[in-house]
Amino acid sequence: MTTTDPGPAGLAAHFDDTIASDRRIEPRDWMPDGYRASMIRQIAQHAHSEIIGMQPEGNWITRAPSLRRKAILLAKVQDEAGHGMYLYSAAETLGTDRAELTSKLVTARQKYSSIFNYPTLSYADVGVIGWLVDGAAICNQVPLCRSSYGPYARAMIRICKEESFHQRQGYELLMTMMRGSAAQREMVQDATNRFWWPSLMMFGPPDAASPNTAQSMTWGIKRHTNDELRQRFVDMTVPQADKLGVTLPDPRLRWNGARGHYDFGPIDWDEFAAVVRGDGACNAQRLARRRQAHEDGAWVREAAVAHAAKAATRAGVA
Amino acid sequence: MSRADWPLWEVFLRGKRGLNHVHVGSLHAADAQMALHHARDLYTRRNEGVSIWVVRSSDITASSPDEKDPFFAPSGDKVYRHPTFYPIPDDVPHM
Repeated sequence: MTTTDPGPAGLAAHFDDTIASDRRIEPRDWMPDGYRASMIRQIAQHAHSEIIGMQPEGNWITRAPSLRRKAILLAKVQDEAGHGMYLYSAAETLGTDRAELTSKLVTARQKYSSIFNYPTLSYADVGVIGWLVDGAAICNQVPLCRSSYGPYARAMIRICKEESFHQRQGYELLMTMMRGSAAQREMVQDATNRFWWPSLMMFGPPDAASPNTAQSMTWGIKRHTNDELRQRFVDMTVPQADKLGVTLPDPRLRWNGARGHYDFGPIDWDEFAAVVRGDGACNAQRLARRRQAHEDGAWVREAAVAHAAKAATRAGVA
Repeated sequence: MSRADWPLWEVFLRGKRGLNHVHVGSLHAADAQMALHHARDLYTRRNEGVSIWVVRSSDITASSPDEKDPFFAPSGDKVYRHPTFYPIPDDVPHM
């Protein structure tokens, strides 16, 4: 028999080798504490975003303008719940559990995307969220399908397939409104004006102010920097805005032939910091609503456990 | 927080007839019946499966995580189990 204990250095070398050769880390593999902590933080934040993200659009389910739009919006919000569940499931493979994650969300010890702290003021917001917010999310998420952590990458593959429906239903909704009345076109422009800059902020702080990016890239947690993804999103979106007939609210937005990219104006990072800190328009409301839903559901969770215990006793396997 | 936390279940889906069940993820449920319903709602919203298995995560026994573990060593030195181990002249038909 050869020795079976590779020792701490051997474990670290094996981990580094797996990352370097672009293979995946799986749940029961040895991994550095920092990698595990970063992964839990990222997946949890992503899961919480999906769950909180049900609220801005959920506001409009009862006021959808037609049965068709209502069915679509219901399906979309149900998908967000599903995405949250896929991601919680991935996070749990790292040794945290659902109750702990939920607790950290409702007590604001873990964050969710700042975009969901903006209010949804008209039905055009449903379309713009699909087009811009889900569009930005797709930009962020497609590279995560190659995350070095297997369960996260697999969840992202499923999520990306479903996000495509989210973006297309939003754009189609907006195209429909743009063919409507002047008032409807104005609603689309207004929603675009409100969500454009927050969508650019979804990619996170500029690279120069993102100290964890280098380590995250080395570990295959991130595949592109925040600024790279933000630029990619702008480049994709400008022609879509033209086609739609709306104006993106940035006077400095113009094609730069030398760079081969669109230039855009400065982002208000003070606003971003304020929303992340908890001072956005809806932070308190979103968390209060999530907390309330969790507390209101307590009796259901307890009743289900009691029912399962009783059924097990009757079946004689208690 | 509530004390009534539901246990974790692993979910396996058969994508269509003729294929194996494949692990797709996990979920929480109070009992097996609820786990099946949740699995349907969570993992088959777009006809991804024709059959679902759910297994309590705590009931799974797994091998050691590291692929290089000696657990798999017995198959490592038995190249003669593979057809390519046997040289056969190219002009032998249907081999």
